Amino acid sequence: MRYLPLTDADRAAMLRQIGAQSIDDLFVDVPVEARLSAPIAGLPHHASELAVERQLKALAARNTVAGDVPFFLGCGAYRHHVPASVDHIIQRGEFLTAYTPYQPEIAQGTLQMLFEFQTQVARLLGCDVANASMYDGSTACWEAIAMAGRITRRKKALLSAGLHPHYVSVAKTMARFTGDDLHTALPTLAAETDLDALAAAIDGETSCVVVQYPDILGRIGNLEALAARAHEAGALLIAVVTEPVALGLIRAPGDMGADIVVGEGQSLGVGLQFGGPYVGLFACKEKFVRQMPGRLCGETVDAEGKRGFVLTLSTREQHIRREKATSNICTNSGLCALAFSVHLTLLGEKGLRGLAEVNHGRAVAAAERLAKVPGVRLLNDSFFNEFTLILPVEARALVRRFAEDRNILAGVSLGRLYPGADALANGLVVAVTETTTDEDVEALAAALEEELA
Amino acid sequence: MSMNREGRVTRPEMPGAEGGEVATWSGNRALMLEEALIFEIGDEGTTGVDLPEGPAAVRPRLGGLERNRPIGLPGLSEPETVRHYTRLSRQNYGIDLGFFPLGSCTMKHNPRLNEKMARLPGFADIHPLQPISSVQGALALIDLVAHWLKTLTGMPAVAMSPKAGAHGELCGLLAIRSALEARGDARSVVLVPESAHGTNPATAAFAGYRVENIPATPAGRVDFDALVARLGPDVAAVMITNPNTCGLFEPDLKRIADAVHAVGGFVYCDGANFNAIVGRVRPGDLGVDAMHINLHKTFSTPHGGGGPGSGPVVFSEALAPFAPLPTVERDGDRYLLVEEFNRGAAHDDSFGRMVAFHGQMGMFTRAAAYMLSHGADGLRQVSEDAVLNANYLLRCLEDVLDAPFAASGPCMHEALFSDDGLADGFTTLDIAKGLIDEGYHPMTMYFPLVVHGAMLVEPTETESKANLDAFVGALRHVVTRAKAGDPALKAAPHFAPRRRLDETLAARKPVLTWRDPDLAQAAE
Repeated sequence: MRYLPLTDADRAAMLRQIGAQSIDDLFVDVPVEARLSAPIAGLPHHASELAVERQLKALAARNTVAGDVPFFLGCGAYRHHVPASVDHIIQRGEFLTAYTPYQPEIAQGTLQMLFEFQTQVARLLGCDVANASMYDGSTACWEAIAMAGRITRRKKALLSAGLHPHYVSVAKTMARFTGDDLHTALPTLAAETDLDALAAAIDGETSCVVVQYPDILGRIGNLEALAARAHEAGALLIAVVTEPVALGLIRAPGDMGADIVVGEGQSLGVGLQFGGPYVGLFACKEKFVRQMPGRLCGETVDAEGKRGFVLTLSTREQHIRREKATSNICTNSGLCALAFSVHLTLLGEKGLRGLAEVNHGRAVAAAERLAKVPGVRLLNDSFFNEFTLILPVEARALVRRFAEDRNILAGVSLGRLYPGADALANGLVVAVTETTTDEDVEALAAALEEELA
Repeated sequence: MSMNREGRVTRPEMPGAEGGEVATWSGNRALMLEEALIFEIGDEGTTGVDLPEGPAAVRPRLGGLERNRPIGLPGLSEPETVRHYTRLSRQNYGIDLGFFPLGSCTMKHNPRLNEKMARLPGFADIHPLQPISSVQGALALIDLVAHWLKTLTGMPAVAMSPKAGAHGELCGLLAIRSALEARGDARSVVLVPESAHGTNPATAAFAGYRVENIPATPAGRVDFDALVARLGPDVAAVMITNPNTCGLFEPDLKRIADAVHAVGGFVYCDGANFNAIVGRVRPGDLGVDAMHINLHKTFSTPHGGGGPGSGPVVFSEALAPFAPLPTVERDGDRYLLVEEFNRGAAHDDSFGRMVAFHGQMGMFTRAAAYMLSHGADGLRQVSEDAVLNANYLLRCLEDVLDAPFAASGPCMHEALFSDDGLADGFTTLDIAKGLIDEGYHPMTMYFPLVVHGAMLVEPTETESKANLDAFVGALRHVVTRAKAGDPALKAAPHFAPRRRLDETLAARKPVLTWRDPDLAQAAE
């Protein structure tokens, strides 16, 4: 019990000071029948540091590590190289072990970082303002839909067929309880995403249109016409970015007229981690800021006139507005936001563009190589670092076989994302980043050639 | 856009020149260094990363959407980056630095073993959509944490995916609503005691319910009679925190649960304070239907300046079928990840998906390391020591601070005081800022709302008696100053990186992003 500093002598002295006979006296309010008299059965007793390491390392060893094999998975989580100094900084105890900055005079480190993060995110997404991070991209996406409902006082949301199906599921789950009316469709295996169809579906009841950019199949569409159509009908355009590195090379959604831009920030600094913790990005036009969920950090001055930072506009929040709050969100992903911000500071404008160019260049080369495999067709006209291959066979089973027999993690099958959708079953979404080598691509191409021969 | 490379730290004429202090040209004070914003010291042409080579000349396929203007992101070299964030870190108080007695927040020691385990490539470098056969160890770990949570709470089911405590509350209420809908029972009201966390009513509203408050008794507990009088066929659930936010155990929870169940409603327990009873009391024995567990509080995953959290929710038999997906199941020596509805009858009633992937895996790993380190015996000792420490503080301070509920029995893991008895014009805020000068992070202020000028002090089990004695000394000193009306206390903190910050100005004229002052001036 190495984490507990009290000695038995301390405990005895403290009980005396309190005036209690035994520790049980302090649990008198617990009904007798609910008091446990001994450690709970069925769980082991305490273990040494060495023993815990052994047990957890044994579990870790049962997983196939992305970095050890040819690896091509994306669809909302991307494997990028994270500079060593990012992890060093987030492990500094003053960041790692701090709480929410409720006492700003001794939390300026976290607060200044959040202010810098907000500025970076707003600029990256092409918006005026950003919040200090959210749980992840999928929950940020639902919060954006709810926010559009508050602004427009309408309940109908049009979700693009190119929106990540898990993001759609999260929104559907919530909408069932809030009474929002969501319109969704399965994606079709077309070279272009569905922006025209979405524009045509907007009417006077529509609160928002939600599009992913690039979309789940990797396709990139110009959002300008859709934004104009949405605004004409009094609706908002929400853009969802799951791969922020793309914005080093392609136009920001906010610059094309999106009113709210949300995203998954995992690509920068955070790492795959089997799906979490990740970091949600959330930005919007300035006029909507008081409807924005989550924490905001603002600049102010101290009693000596020095610049400082505080959490602000908290009258929108649950601890003050209770049931009238803009959201029930209490925590943010502060440490993940720090990792994102440090990585982006290391990259800077030049580095982000360079990283995006490497990603795109490698992806184009890989797409062209894989499309040469007999029987394989490249779906996309446009893409950033992720594209969809149409195979002559069911992709889900092939991905499983490649993992088990060849130690290749070949991509995300549309069968995994859309179980039961037969029309999509042969689709394979392949992601290529700066961590993907030519040898990895050759290994996948060779495996496909053998498998499909 | 050009970057301004000159530091723009606001520098008053004579910083800190009061009381004979020496002003410095730089605004720094030896190891306490001022730090400009990255936008003031970085520029768009600098990068701290040497990228790998891309392939030679490929034809871009960006659909004609090449970026047509700069983003405006400053870059710093690697050494500059490390210094920037290291300097910022030194303006932060963390649990590694000292005692952090934030009530209801449970700031305990964060073992570095947990960090080391979470960073094993077998956990950190795996993708959420890898084939199930390639992530058996990760699923086994989720199942291990789930087993501990179910066993420690005496509850039969758990949803692991909620991302934080408030997300867990939502998960619990959505399960309750689904269970009611499944029996064709449309109910509209959730009862929330006064002393509940502010997230509770916000969550109930987000789940589509009308919120009604239940008062507290003079002894700081839920008013049982008032609650029972309000029960009826329109009440979907009662949300109750136990131990509650006054730091007290709710002795009537079982009776409350029986009464709520008798009218067909459910009991949601906010498990934020589970640290006080883990290993000694199982909420399942008290009739709870759903309870979230903040892994970052009870199981020591670090708070990270505001997150990430992790909020798994345990369920009673009645609610288990409605739990969200995905979920991990064991089939012999294989683990399955059930992501799809209608896959087996067992999951037909699931209310859906709350989050893109499987929850906070990195937090599960940390929590598992902590659980295994402590074991069942250690966790029991955790709650005992947390409660012992809180009662010790209560007893050591009740002669100088008003403790409104001290007479009604022992507190649990946190001790509650009010600002009664301070000199006119002196408040809880002054005590908090005075504690900063003494080198402590203040306690929770003005919460819970049921007590005037509340000060909620939570020592946790990882503080030694010597630390508590030192804190008692410092707090007694600050309280004595507040009772004597010491004007210097009104101006505290004196020694923090910043003096009292103007929060009103920040809210009245929000400045939420950095704008180049030269460009801003040109635009005016």
